[in-house]
Amino acid sequence: MEQGKLKEYWKINLSYLISLLVVWFVVSFGFGILLVDQLNAIHIGGFKLGFWFAQQGSIYTFVVLIFVYVALMNRLDKKFDVLED
Amino acid sequence: MDVQSLTYTIVGITFLIYIAIAVWAKAGSTKEFYVAGGGVPPVLNGMATAADWMSAASFISMAGLISFMGYDGSVYLMGWTGGYVLLALLLAPYLRKFGKFTVPDFVGDRYYSNAARTVAIICAIFVSFTYVAGQMRGVGVVFSRFLEVDINTGIIIGMCIVFFYAVLGGMKGITYTQVAQFCVLIFAYMVPAIFISMLIAGTPIPQIGFGSELVDGGGFLLDRLNGLHEELGFASYTDGSKPMIDVFFITFALMVGTAGLPHVIVRFFTVPKVRDARISAGWALIFISLLYTTAPAIAAFARYNLINTVSNQQYSELPSWFKTWEGTGLLAWADKNGDGAIQYVKGDPFAGKPAFTGETGELGQRLVSNETTTDNANELYIDRDIIVLANPEIAKLPAWVIALVAAGGLAAALSTAAGLLLVISTSIAHDLIKKQLNPGISEKSELLSARIAVAIAIVVAGYFGINPPGFVAQVVAFAFGLAAASFFPVIILGIFSKRMNKEGAIAGMLTGIIFTAAYIIYFKFVNPGMNKPEFWLFGISPEGIGTLGMLINFAVSFVVSRLTPAPPQEIQELVDSLRYPKGAGEASAH
Repeated sequence: MEQGKLKEYWKINLSYLISLLVVWFVVSFGFGILLVDQLNAIHIGGFKLGFWFAQQGSIYTFVVLIFVYVALMNRLDKKFDVLED
Repeated sequence: MDVQSLTYTIVGITFLIYIAIAVWAKAGSTKEFYVAGGGVPPVLNGMATAADWMSAASFISMAGLISFMGYDGSVYLMGWTGGYVLLALLLAPYLRKFGKFTVPDFVGDRYYSNAARTVAIICAIFVSFTYVAGQMRGVGVVFSRFLEVDINTGIIIGMCIVFFYAVLGGMKGITYTQVAQFCVLIFAYMVPAIFISMLIAGTPIPQIGFGSELVDGGGFLLDRLNGLHEELGFASYTDGSKPMIDVFFITFALMVGTAGLPHVIVRFFTVPKVRDARISAGWALIFISLLYTTAPAIAAFARYNLINTVSNQQYSELPSWFKTWEGTGLLAWADKNGDGAIQYVKGDPFAGKPAFTGETGELGQRLVSNETTTDNANELYIDRDIIVLANPEIAKLPAWVIALVAAGGLAAALSTAAGLLLVISTSIAHDLIKKQLNPGISEKSELLSARIAVAIAIVVAGYFGINPPGFVAQVVAFAFGLAAASFFPVIILGIFSKRMNKEGAIAGMLTGIIFTAAYIIYFKFVNPGMNKPEFWLFGISPEGIGTLGMLINFAVSFVVSRLTPAPPQEIQELVDSLRYPKGAGEASAH
């Protein structure tokens, strides 16, 4: 593949990575740890929200993040024609 | 049938299945032996990865730890799942594109240096042995508790089973056995959890149940738990007591460590394509999440059940499971105030683990010779492993569920042990013998040496299982800390920075490892008396120091690489080719 196209493909990949990793950081380290006391003031059913993110919500989000990345990259691979045979 | 014969039957059937799979999946080439021929479908690879990842510790100990730690236990939940996001996004697809067999392969080739390869081999072997000794011990514990055989006999039976399918089938045999083991272990984990959720919260979904109201009308479960904790002097269940900075650093070290563990990374060499590597990390995390989101629910249910059953109850009126588990030494009661009732409050009942005198008190309790503590009123010693092991009995579940838990614990321990043993044998046969000592070795002799290496590794692991070094529990922090401070930065920089050269990588790995190891050794072995928050650097415990080691590694690599020459042209081209999937082909040795 020509250099220019490869550079663009890589740049888009990096922008996906950065946005998804920001979400990764916010739900676990943000909601589950740094902001846990503030969020614990909010109750959802029997859960304090910060506690819920630390023991449940962050894990569900992690799963979703991976599948979103897979879908984004499969589309990008097709667009740039870098799919494997 | 009684519990004993049911357990023998169920464990026996699962073992026969594992052996049958091993015979069917015999490896014929080094490629099949190291990476299962690179042809494992992503969903199955996800299941195998999940079984590989979830060890005896995840299955037996984790819910118990969370039960006693409350919110603080979240470090394990987030730490041992969040790493898969890093794997899927930052590591797996590129390493699959690279297309070799091992992590030292990547380090050695990308940094055009056998010194870097050697450092990587040593780390891989050290990390894997640390882990595998604990697994063998777990096998022995399950055998001795449920089948009432001697713990050492249990370990030897476990060694024989692993020997059979790891030596014969290599990665191919291990992968397909792990798929079966995953099914056994997740079924065994979920069944008691669903029963207990029905009993306590009235819903079959434990993840919802632990945020629900109690069936007996006592309000929300977690509010009730916090109330009980306050009454008894424990820290609030949903708040915990660790400092925030330590929770942050431990979680980060566990996440990054997970993404840097060689036996996890190697799983992504076994799928056919780059896109399969991405999605199989997703499948793996789904399968892992099933257990990891259930564990905190079990933890809360069990905590509530335990406090309600024992707190301020007369010893003579306790249910029979209490006596059963007292018999195994996982529970002990010292009636400090002589009122015949159990006081369960904050504090240690006596110093250390219970040392039973062999005599019984007037109520029939087993007496201990430990010196009782006087600064608190607590009278109850509880081993954390009891939460999962005794759960079915505490909830009065049928005998077949108890038998199932035994089979599940064994599946968890055996599947992880096998994955680790393979990393050790690959490091020796492929990275050391083929790549360094004897490059001209034939395919057939390499396969033979891989098989011999697995066999030797099993014997060594079994030895450590039978004679556990006292520090096994202490060195787990090592495994994650070292993986976080060495492999993770070196691989990330190898993919994302073309300018990174061998000088930077080696300097970074060495400073990261030395800093992390020195900190852990100092606080765990040299001066354990100082292992308290007021002496820690920035309040970071040895469990979390790998995060700082990783940051140091990144910083040193960056500075050193800028002061030394750029890597050769062909390495920069190699990095370019890692970055897009086309032309990946199959995993190959050359």
